[in-house]
Amino acid sequence: MEHSSAVAAGQTFPGYSVPDIPWWKKVAVRLRGAPMLPLLILATLVFTAVFADFLAPHNPEVGNLRYRYRPPVWQDRGSWEYILGTDHMGRDVLSRLIYGSRISLVVGVTAVIVAGIIGTTFGILSGFMGRWVDQVIMRLTDAWLALPAVSFAILLAALVQPSEWNIIIILGVVYWTRYARVIRGEVLSLKERDFVRLAIVAGCSRAKIMWTHILPNIANSAIVIATLQLGVSIIAEATLSFLGVGVAPPKPAWGLMLAEGKSGLMAGYWWLSVFPGVCIMLIVLSANLLGDWFRVWSDPQLRQL
Amino acid sequence: MTQPLLELDQLRTYFVSAKGTRVVKAVDGVSFTLNEGETMGVVGESGSGKTVTSLSILRLLPPAARIVGGEIRFAGENLVAKSEREMQRVRGSQITMILQDPLMSLNPLFTIGEQIAEPLRVHRSMRGQSLVERIKELLRGVRIPSPEVRMREYPHQMSGGMRQRIVGAIGISCEPRLLIADEPTTSLDVTIQAQYLSLLKDIQKRSGLAMIFITHNMGIVAKMCDKVGVMYAGRLVERAPVRTIFTKPAHPYTEALLNAMPKLTEKTERLWSIEGQPPDLANLPPGCPFSPRCPKAEDRCHREVPPEFQVGDHHHTRCWLWERR
Amino acid sequence: MQGYIIRRILYACISLFLLSITIFCLVRITGDPAVLMAEPGAKEEDLQAIRREFGLDKPLVIQYVTFVKSVARGDFGKSIYYRTPAFDLYLQRLPASLLLASVAMTISLILGIPIGILSAVRVNTWFDNFGKIFAILGLSLPSFWVGLMLILTLSVYLNWLPSSGAESWKSIIMPAFSLGWVFAAAHMRLARSAMLEVLGSEYIKLARIKGLSERLVLLKHAFKNAVIPVLTLAGINLVLMVNVAVVVESVFAWPGIGRLLYEGISFRDFPVVQTTVLMGGLMIVFVNLIVDILYAYIDPRIRYGT
Repeated sequence: MEHSSAVAAGQTFPGYSVPDIPWWKKVAVRLRGAPMLPLLILATLVFTAVFADFLAPHNPEVGNLRYRYRPPVWQDRGSWEYILGTDHMGRDVLSRLIYGSRISLVVGVTAVIVAGIIGTTFGILSGFMGRWVDQVIMRLTDAWLALPAVSFAILLAALVQPSEWNIIIILGVVYWTRYARVIRGEVLSLKERDFVRLAIVAGCSRAKIMWTHILPNIANSAIVIATLQLGVSIIAEATLSFLGVGVAPPKPAWGLMLAEGKSGLMAGYWWLSVFPGVCIMLIVLSANLLGDWFRVWSDPQLRQL
Repeated sequence: MTQPLLELDQLRTYFVSAKGTRVVKAVDGVSFTLNEGETMGVVGESGSGKTVTSLSILRLLPPAARIVGGEIRFAGENLVAKSEREMQRVRGSQITMILQDPLMSLNPLFTIGEQIAEPLRVHRSMRGQSLVERIKELLRGVRIPSPEVRMREYPHQMSGGMRQRIVGAIGISCEPRLLIADEPTTSLDVTIQAQYLSLLKDIQKRSGLAMIFITHNMGIVAKMCDKVGVMYAGRLVERAPVRTIFTKPAHPYTEALLNAMPKLTEKTERLWSIEGQPPDLANLPPGCPFSPRCPKAEDRCHREVPPEFQVGDHHHTRCWLWERR
Repeated sequence: MQGYIIRRILYACISLFLLSITIFCLVRITGDPAVLMAEPGAKEEDLQAIRREFGLDKPLVIQYVTFVKSVARGDFGKSIYYRTPAFDLYLQRLPASLLLASVAMTISLILGIPIGILSAVRVNTWFDNFGKIFAILGLSLPSFWVGLMLILTLSVYLNWLPSSGAESWKSIIMPAFSLGWVFAAAHMRLARSAMLEVLGSEYIKLARIKGLSERLVLLKHAFKNAVIPVLTLAGINLVLMVNVAVVVESVFAWPGIGRLLYEGISFRDFPVVQTTVLMGGLMIVFVNLIVDILYAYIDPRIRYGT
């Protein structure tokens, strides 16, 4: 009893003193181990997405049919005009890749946010309210998990017009379960903690407790899941676009570029299939590495520093 | 004079962190001897180095730990110098160990018979019917009824007391010369504890086996051991025959441990405990490691590490208070 | 234990119910189901005829009941493109997908388990780092791109393997590898963590205390215990694989249900799409139920009470 009140008052255990380090120094020390390369890659991609209009040499959607299927600059018939070559409509591959980063990033991030909001809400409600609310949401989650994610996304995509917003909603609707389960588990253990019990005894409304007490504490886990889901979302969008139910042509979504490039594969037009895939790989790899590092970094057991 | 069975000579085992920055001196200059048929108790708080000492003897240390100094002489040979292959021959046949939790010690996927058979197969090359007979004999020896049936059963089908006895049977299967028991009764019920301890004593009488009993329970020490070693912060701060430890403890820490045991004859209202916390083994204070908590500490204790002084017959302690004038 | 099994079956039924309701409602919310069932360019009279034929003008509840009844009978509607019952088409193509998934699963286990276990045994060495890279790559490379790259190297440049179809045993190698790749990473991760956990357990300690050689300790004691969770996951993943194979089957024109789904989308053949998704969900629910029941037998806590 004495200990908790002493700690609450800002003091510490007798005989033990905490040196006073400014918060930014603490953050800088912790950030020492951050994976630089993935951060750099992601930063570059965000940069190209934002400044695509200035960086891309050509119009990504309109091509010059006289320059179809040109190879990259270092091969025969290649030119500096079209550094990474052109596709079947004479469109510059590099420009399309640059604009495509915008699509991948926007769709990926937004889908993750949508799924995160839905899943976290369900997780908090389920864990905190308990009893029948919990049962209902849990059954719903189980049933949802039973749906084959990719096929279901395809079904949904087939029912609606292909568009970016539709994909975002679809991905959000399909992937929220990943959050719900984990968040629910955390909320269940949080419920037993003293500060929550105190709030209940003090008469706070349940909504207020969930908003002010529970939410900030599970935000960490939610963000960790989100970073790991980013890669999944980007690949999912690429998959949907590849199958023709995602972003519609002539938009330069990377998955769509791969689909269009497939027909040229047997003829040896390799640049149409290699470059978009490499871009997808780089962004997903970076997101995964960053997510992994973030997960370890934000582990509350290490937070005691 | 016959050679002692086991002789630890200034054993030092340190844990080094991955980057080499933190060194934990888990065992720092421990020496003791053990003769054939003797039982030695090693007592101390968690983190005092008792388990690491036993793991060092068997050379089964985790990768971060290393024996950095000293010798472990077993029947004349230095175990520290042996290769892994040679140690594998020693383990299980000459020196064995009983672990704390019998449920976790047994592999859930194999039958009891199979798990007892393994060391016999490897060390004594036993096969076939003679192997089966030996397994039954061992099970009978640890008072497990209907051994033929039990042999074919799995660990989860047995009670906790039975499992611990089976672990004991595995331990003595190849008739070792030294058995190390690491808190073997901690996970047992009190009534089973007594039975198990008497079983161990029985086995020892029959086979002349030497034992090292690692425990924090002074009651068990009183019952089972011939001599006792008290460890604190990786050092052996006192070693003496068992009666002496209880009647004439020399080191203040030993006194404190004995005082902490609630006795039926005294009437006290509060339980006595030792003030303070065990030290951080990576950042030991200069001088005697117990000095911050010692009620009798003098100035010298805080500055210099005391060597071992002799107090009486076979009784040594590491305390400046016992320095011969 | 009986209570546990009954509850699991109940949950499975609820899952199926929710699954069917979801698909049922989605179809009606996003547009006119009659349009979906009809051929493109159908006129209003045709649409009306379809509505009457499929009872789309009746109240929703009755529609749902009819829907469930026909599904229970195995009638999932008729494929617009092939003009045969969609269910028959599905069953026809299923074996090919199962074959692909089996080979892919085998590849993923052959790759994943040894790398995972060796990573655990040689934890924190260069091999472990290699294993970690392997795991991350598995998650980061989309399966269809792996397929495309394989085609590029092995078909176009080296001309060793055929790039599509299912004529010979050679045709299955690239698609199985592309499909198995992602799962190999997941299995490797699980094998590694399971092995690490086993290596830290008390019975491994005891095995070493017994003086058994390290090889015996690892192969006999550790391996068996570590492999169990991986195989469990693999079993569940098999069904998942069948469903995820859509893209790989499309890339390689492999005649399975994934390709069927793709065709269904391309030709706007809605009954086929619906069938594939429903059946996929059904299989997953079914497999999860079986696994749950099996666990009831294995886990003594469930078996003997609670």
